Amino acid sequence: MVEPCIQVQQLTKKFSKRTVLQNISLDIPHAKITGLLGPSGAGKTTLIKLIAGMDTPDRGKIHVLSTKMPSLNIVKRLGYMAQSDALYTELTAYDNLDFFAQLYGLKGKTKKQRINEVMELVDLTSDLRKKVSKYSGGMKRRLSLAIALVHQPEVLLLDEPTVGIDPVLRQSIWSELELLSKQGTTIIVTTHVMDEAEKCHQLAMLRDGEIIAFDTPNQLMKATEKSSIEDAFLYYGGAKA
Amino acid sequence: MKMKALVIRIIKQFINDKRTLAMILVAPMFILWLMSQVFHSDQYEPTIALVDIPEQVSSLLENQDAQFMDYTTQTADAMLTEGSIDAILTWTSTGPELILEGSDPSVNKSMLILFQNIASELSPASNSLQASITYLHGSEDMTAFDSFGPVLIGVFAFFFVFLTSGISFLRERTTGTLERLMATPVKRWELVIGYVIGFGIFSIIQAALIAWFSIQVLDMLMMGSIWLVLLVTLLLAMTALTLGTLLSAFANNEFQMVQFIPLVIVPQVFLSGLFNIESMSEWLQWLSILMPLSYGADALREIMVRGSGWNEIAVDVYVLSGFSVTIIIANIFTLKKYRKL
Repeated sequence: MVEPCIQVQQLTKKFSKRTVLQNISLDIPHAKITGLLGPSGAGKTTLIKLIAGMDTPDRGKIHVLSTKMPSLNIVKRLGYMAQSDALYTELTAYDNLDFFAQLYGLKGKTKKQRINEVMELVDLTSDLRKKVSKYSGGMKRRLSLAIALVHQPEVLLLDEPTVGIDPVLRQSIWSELELLSKQGTTIIVTTHVMDEAEKCHQLAMLRDGEIIAFDTPNQLMKATEKSSIEDAFLYYGGAKA
Repeated sequence: MKMKALVIRIIKQFINDKRTLAMILVAPMFILWLMSQVFHSDQYEPTIALVDIPEQVSSLLENQDAQFMDYTTQTADAMLTEGSIDAILTWTSTGPELILEGSDPSVNKSMLILFQNIASELSPASNSLQASITYLHGSEDMTAFDSFGPVLIGVFAFFFVFLTSGISFLRERTTGTLERLMATPVKRWELVIGYVIGFGIFSIIQAALIAWFSIQVLDMLMMGSIWLVLLVTLLLAMTALTLGTLLSAFANNEFQMVQFIPLVIVPQVFLSGLFNIESMSEWLQWLSILMPLSYGADALREIMVRGSGWNEIAVDVYVLSGFSVTIIIANIFTLKKYRKL
């Protein structure tokens, strides 16, 4: 069997006394879009941050690209988009991208070219020189996505990437993610929007810090004999409670 | 490379936030100017009682910027104690005798200048005319502003950098950009040093502006080297910068950052030499040893008032550098909260 891109083994994470993630094991294969689905507070963001190496688990291990996290060498090869837009609003979109691109070691022509490419991708080229404080919520979201993509990461960790983005643009972002994954990028997306969940190649359902199911959307629906992911999710949640 | 990116970003943010830039550059000068006006008003016309003054002298006095009144020794003494006159000038057989009320250094200074004018007009060739000068209250031979101006330079350099760096690092925390930075390969020390350099550039400009303004425009007493003044001001600003970023970790919003002013800034101002530390209780004196501002203020006073050179301020410089380095290391450790690596 091919080694998975991301390997989570018996992961437990506590914040003071509250257990946020409970004994999670997950093998995420290369070049697939994996959705983390679950209600707010289920631990999706915590799991993403642990995979991104921003925090350390209390128990268990995470390997990304065959390297134990946290590791700065791996961080270079990850693209991360936070749940809240972390942007410098007093700077222009270009300055923001330029700054982050440099942190990932891009420079010169390559840097400029990548900035233009990602801005085109998120349809913000005409607003490149605008200050971020003048951006709408959806535009900020797209800029955050552009920043996550600028250094062509092998693994993309997206924490609710399409919140506040209109359906048309959401569609185009998803087809872009599809394309990226075809080109070999491993993508992890958290969401609680069900129609997005259906677009993922596989889904990990998270509830109260535990994985309650992990399979392709079709298999999940088949196994629960439901006609939608939403019903399947409710079934798993209800069965557990 | 990454550090350079940080530095450039900070510069761009500053340039886009003109008000903050104005605060660290213009506000200190404005307040210094205000203080100089408060403590340095030259317009004050002293009232002097004259006792047994020779005709030759009193005719000269009419050209001076002061009010003169002839009194007997007894009434003059009483009025001086009461505070209704500022000085008594008496001509004894041994020469002039000047008694100053003495509670207001700025009045004292104008009085001494006045007397020097009279003396030089009476005997321009020699300095034979020496007055015996006594003070009713205390004895201060310089203006208040001359004496605590150097401390004020330190205080304002410290205060404004502390506030701007603290709040801007705090904003980095509250807007999530700090967390976002921790998802990039930037190392914690690169982040902290990048901040120090980025803000350091503005601190250098601020230090130079404050020093130039105080000495050239406000005409503050300056006996020593301007370079040493710049060095000490810059080191103070560095300490303020690192302390501001460190303490921002313990504030959840801008308002809580401002709450550090009475806790961190005000005690330092009180214990940095604006007031005589030696007369304070012992535990307060110990407390001032822990305060960066007391070293900076001491060094600035040494340079500007006493004209001291490197040897006299070396210890202060080392201690200030020590403060900065220690707090920088503390900052790098505090960032572990955001990423263990």
